[in-house]
Amino acid sequence: MDNVYLSHNNIVSSLGFESISVIDNIENGNCGLSVYEDKKVLHVPFCSSRIDQNELQKRYKDLDPKSEHTRLEKMMLVSLSDTILKSNLPLDDRTGLIISTTKGNIDVLEDDNNFSESRAYLSELGDQIQNFFGFKDKAIIVSNACVSGILAVAVAKRMIRQGKYDRIFIVAGDMVTQFILSGFNAFQALSLEPCRPYCNSRTGINIGEVATSVLVTKNPNELAQESVQIMGEASCNDANHISGPSRTGEGLFRCIENAVQQSGIEKKDIDYISGHGTATMFNDEMESIAFDRAGLSKTPLNSLKSYFGHTLGSSGLLESIIGMHSLHRNTLFASLGFQELGVSRPLNIIKETKKREIGTFLKTASGFGGSNTAVIFKKV
Amino acid sequence: MKNDYYIERYSQIRDGKVSVNGNIIFQTLETNFKSVMKAAYKNLIIDYPKFFKMDNLSKLGFLAAEVLLKDENEKNMAMVFSNRASSLDTDRGYQDSIKDATQYYPSPAVFVYTLANICMGEISIKHKIHSENCFFVNDEFSPEILSSYTSQLLDENKAKKVLCGWVDVDNGKYNAFLYVVAKKGTFVHSDPEINRLYKTTHE
Repeated sequence: MDNVYLSHNNIVSSLGFESISVIDNIENGNCGLSVYEDKKVLHVPFCSSRIDQNELQKRYKDLDPKSEHTRLEKMMLVSLSDTILKSNLPLDDRTGLIISTTKGNIDVLEDDNNFSESRAYLSELGDQIQNFFGFKDKAIIVSNACVSGILAVAVAKRMIRQGKYDRIFIVAGDMVTQFILSGFNAFQALSLEPCRPYCNSRTGINIGEVATSVLVTKNPNELAQESVQIMGEASCNDANHISGPSRTGEGLFRCIENAVQQSGIEKKDIDYISGHGTATMFNDEMESIAFDRAGLSKTPLNSLKSYFGHTLGSSGLLESIIGMHSLHRNTLFASLGFQELGVSRPLNIIKETKKREIGTFLKTASGFGGSNTAVIFKKV
Repeated sequence: MKNDYYIERYSQIRDGKVSVNGNIIFQTLETNFKSVMKAAYKNLIIDYPKFFKMDNLSKLGFLAAEVLLKDENEKNMAMVFSNRASSLDTDRGYQDSIKDATQYYPSPAVFVYTLANICMGEISIKHKIHSENCFFVNDEFSPEILSSYTSQLLDENKAKKVLCGWVDVDNGKYNAFLYVVAKKGTFVHSDPEINRLYKTTHE
């Protein structure tokens, strides 16, 4: 069976518009979160990470677009164009496109939005991205709540293994919108401070926005220097509650076990865990139970939500890309803001960014609908 | 490692009719979606009051799965669903609840349904299935992605069976087509056959 790898990649975010600049910022301990007062989005101030509109517009115009695009489309086009450029591959019939998003162009439902409501159909978003670059096939669109970004990686690997494509470009994105912020605010889940995942002083979640993209390929000649191999991947539904995490961490525990089994890697050889860590009370507690049950409570762990907040359909891909660079730089990045453990089971939270020889990592995500996904990556 | 898989059985909900393997097991003259769901629930379902808290998409998927799974013992069953409108039918209602500052009533109970995959969560809870889930969005029903992804899940032993299909609700229009893929079954698991079953139940 073919090995499948993550290769060239891009992050468009409040910490930069290319992966390297974003990773440099993370390594230097810079947080992308700040407090915004934007009554169009929420009637009270909120803490978030948002993409600079002027810079986004400038980079979008540099792509010489021939038609109008929504803000999310601009984010995705700017991100994916960088990844395609770096990959330097023809978009032939062996090359697929996957889009990961939870809400897509949901802002077109707002009264003062200039785009037609039909743009809210995710297939329209897919057509825009496909046609802009000239992909041969329609986009495969994955929309599976907050695991979408990491699930898209598993989908890409599975599609390549089925022989449909030799390589797939994934682009993932969601925006900070009135729709999303009002919902999380109604759940009373938002923190006005930068979130502190797994900390006993945590006060809730931040919602942020990024667009991310990556080349997934089976061809060892198409790799970047930071490439990783996808060793094992699994998803599992909690079958417990549609909005609350399982008290036993059932789904997360099971998908970690399945991913480990497929990977052929022993748990003791997993050097680092990039957790989901939203900094809500229940999510972080659930993760501690699942990691403890899986025997991973001593493995160094961070949540990159502490730099960007929760970026929804992009978060799993964002955090996988940062994980690739973490391995490549042999650096464990601090879980920002963490002070003292605030979950019932032991976890080995990375308090300070430090150099360490690391070769493998586990990425996990959990989301509404009881979804959980785990993927294990290994340095090439 | 290419295996041959089969479709055990399929269900369809459309135009006030609920069918299994093409045989109508319930029909009503109601045309309003909520009335159709209510009538079908009364006729087909065991007692499950949570049904009435679900949004339209979850109700439709739940019912289409219920008629397929009521005698199913296999719990290692993945779910691979698709549709056109994602959760837009519920999204529109939620957006209406927040668009006016003087009438601003965002409801957590509605917000949680503004994700298409919640429907698979509801089915997982009802049938106690801890399994792989994935929700794809397409502009029209197309078996290629479903069949390819499903075959890979079965090839890699990620599940013993897969519940697949299309569950779409959009502005009062609704259409569900679900089928169970397994190592043995009645129909060949091929794109032309999946299309044939999808269309047969449409005429």
